[in-house]
Amino acid sequence: MGFTFSEKILGAKAGRPVRAGDVVTVSPDYVLSHDNSSAIIKEFRKLGLKRVKKPEKIVIVLDHIVPASEEKYAQNHKTIREFVAEQGIENFFDVHRGVCHQVFAEEGFARPGLLVVGSDSHTTSYGALGAFSAGIGRTETASIWAADEIWLRVPETIRIELRGTFPAGVSAKDAALKLIGDGGADMADYRAVEFGGPAAGEFSVASRFVLCNMSAEMGAKNGYFPPDGVTREWLKGRSAARGEEVFSDPDARFEKNLACDLSALVPQVACPHTVDNVKPVTEVEGTKIHQALVGTCTNGRLEDLETAARILKGRRVHKSVRCLILPASQQVYIEASKRGLLTLFSEAGCLILNPGCGPCLGAHQGLMAAGESTISTANRNFRGRMGSRDSKIYLASPATVAASALAGAITDPRKALP
Amino acid sequence: MKGKVWKYGDNVNTDVIFAGKYTYAIMPPEEMAKHALEDLDPEFAENVRPGDVVVAGKNFGCGSSREQAAACLKYAGVQAVVARSFARIYYRNAINLGLPVLQSAEAADALKAGDEVEIDFAAGKIRASDGREFGFPPFPDSVLGIIEAGGLIEYTKKKL
Repeated sequence: MGFTFSEKILGAKAGRPVRAGDVVTVSPDYVLSHDNSSAIIKEFRKLGLKRVKKPEKIVIVLDHIVPASEEKYAQNHKTIREFVAEQGIENFFDVHRGVCHQVFAEEGFARPGLLVVGSDSHTTSYGALGAFSAGIGRTETASIWAADEIWLRVPETIRIELRGTFPAGVSAKDAALKLIGDGGADMADYRAVEFGGPAAGEFSVASRFVLCNMSAEMGAKNGYFPPDGVTREWLKGRSAARGEEVFSDPDARFEKNLACDLSALVPQVACPHTVDNVKPVTEVEGTKIHQALVGTCTNGRLEDLETAARILKGRRVHKSVRCLILPASQQVYIEASKRGLLTLFSEAGCLILNPGCGPCLGAHQGLMAAGESTISTANRNFRGRMGSRDSKIYLASPATVAASALAGAITDPRKALP
Repeated sequence: MKGKVWKYGDNVNTDVIFAGKYTYAIMPPEEMAKHALEDLDPEFAENVRPGDVVVAGKNFGCGSSREQAAACLKYAGVQAVVARSFARIYYRNAINLGLPVLQSAEAADALKAGDEVEIDFAAGKIRASDGREFGFPPFPDSVLGIIEAGGLIEYTKKKL
C-alpha cells in the first residue's frame, strides 16, 4: 500500500515509515508567529534559556494589530523587536508588510516538501504551494524555539476531487464554502485535506490559497495541492531553494474521497454565526448590510482585488455601506496601485486599509455596533468576532461582497458582472 | 472534586470562549477568567465555581489557535471540559496548559446543565451524583508525558 503526502513528509522528518495515526516527534523547517510572539517570548523566558536553538527557522510577521492601535500593543511590538535583535532572528517583518501568511509565501518560505508550523490557525495555507503546514499554539511554539522539535499525529487524509470549470461570477471561495456547508465545520477534524482532480491544475496559486486557508474551517490539520508548473512558476524569483515536490502514491489510502463539480456551483454565503451555515446566495439576497470587507489572508490577493474591481469599476458603493479594501500584503498593495485598482476603489467610494489582518479578528479598524451586518471575504463569522455580539457576519467571495457593497444588500454577483 | 455542569452545544468556537479583541493584550490569569465564554454565556464567568465542568457537543474549540481559550477556562476553575470531540489545536493547547479535555459522546449527550459530577482521572470515569457513570479513553503516551510533567513548559524544561 502506498503512502499519502502527509505520511511521506512526516515519515521523512521522523526518519522511519509512518502511517496515519502514528505520533512522530519532528523538527520543523520553519516556525511562524505574529503579534502573539510577545506572549510566546514570555513562555520562552520561563524555560530559563538564553538563546533560541535555531534562529534561522523562526519567522515573525507583525500583522494582527498594525500599526499598534493602543499603547499595550505598541509595547508588545517593542518587546518582539527587541527579542528579534537580541536573538539574531533575521526573518522578521515589521508592521508595514502585511498578513503573515501572504508575507511568508511571498518571501519564499512556503515551498514544496517542507514542514511548517505556525501559531496561527490559518497556517494550513501553505499547502497551496505543496508544503505540509499546520497551526499550533503559543506554548508549543515557545517549546520549538527552545528545543527545535514538536510532536505531531500523522493525519488521515480526505481527498477532494475538483472537476469542471467555474461559471462566471463563481470562484474558489464558493467551492470552499460549499464544501464546508455540506460537510460541516468538523468534516476534517485532525485530518489532512488533499485537493486534486482534473481541475486542480487550473487553479491559480491565489485560488489554491483560498482552499487551503479555508481547510482550517473544516477543522483540518493541513490542506494540500500537488505542486505543478503553476507552483514552480510562482516560486520563481521568490525562493532560491526549490523544495522537493512530494505527492501521494497512486495506491495511497485515503480515509474518504469527495468530489466537487465546479461547473454546478452557484455563489455561496456563510450565514451567522458559523462557517458551515452555508446557503446559495439566491436564498439570502436582499439581506441588508452596513459594511463590506474585501481582503484578509483568505481573499486579499491581487486576483481577488481585480475581481472586486471589475464589479466596482465606474460605479458607486451604496451610500449606507462602508466598503473596506484590505490588501493582503505590501506587495499586493503596490501591484494593485500600479494597476490603478486603488484609485478605482477610492473613486467607487471604498476605504483602503493598510495591509494586515485589519478588522477580521475584531481588534481594530472597522468594528460593528449592535444590529449591524458585514459581508466579508474573510474566513470566520463567529458571534462577536467583528465587534458587538449582536452584530452579524456573512462570508462570501470577492465578487459577491463587491456586488453587495453596490446594492447595500446581499446580491447575486452574476447580476452585477460587467 | 465535585462540580456543576455547564452545558453547551456543538462547534463552540474560540471567539465565543475568549474574544479576539482581548487576544493580543497580555492579561493576568484572573483577568482572563473574567472574560471566559463572554460571548456565549454572559452568566458563566460570574457564577462558575472551582471544580465545575464544561460539557459540550462536537468540535469544541474550533477556530483560532489562541491559547487563552483553554487558559481562561482553567483559570476560571474549570476542572475539565467534556465533549463529543475537540478541534485539534484546542486539544493541543489544553493539554499543553494542563486543562484536561475528555472525549465522551455518552457523557456529552446525557449530562445536563446543573448536574453534579465528579471526575476520576485515574479510573477514567465521570460520575454523576445520581449514579450515572461514563468512561473516557485514556490519553496516548505522548500526551500523558506532558500532562504528568504539569504542562509542556515543564516537560520541555526536563528534556533540555
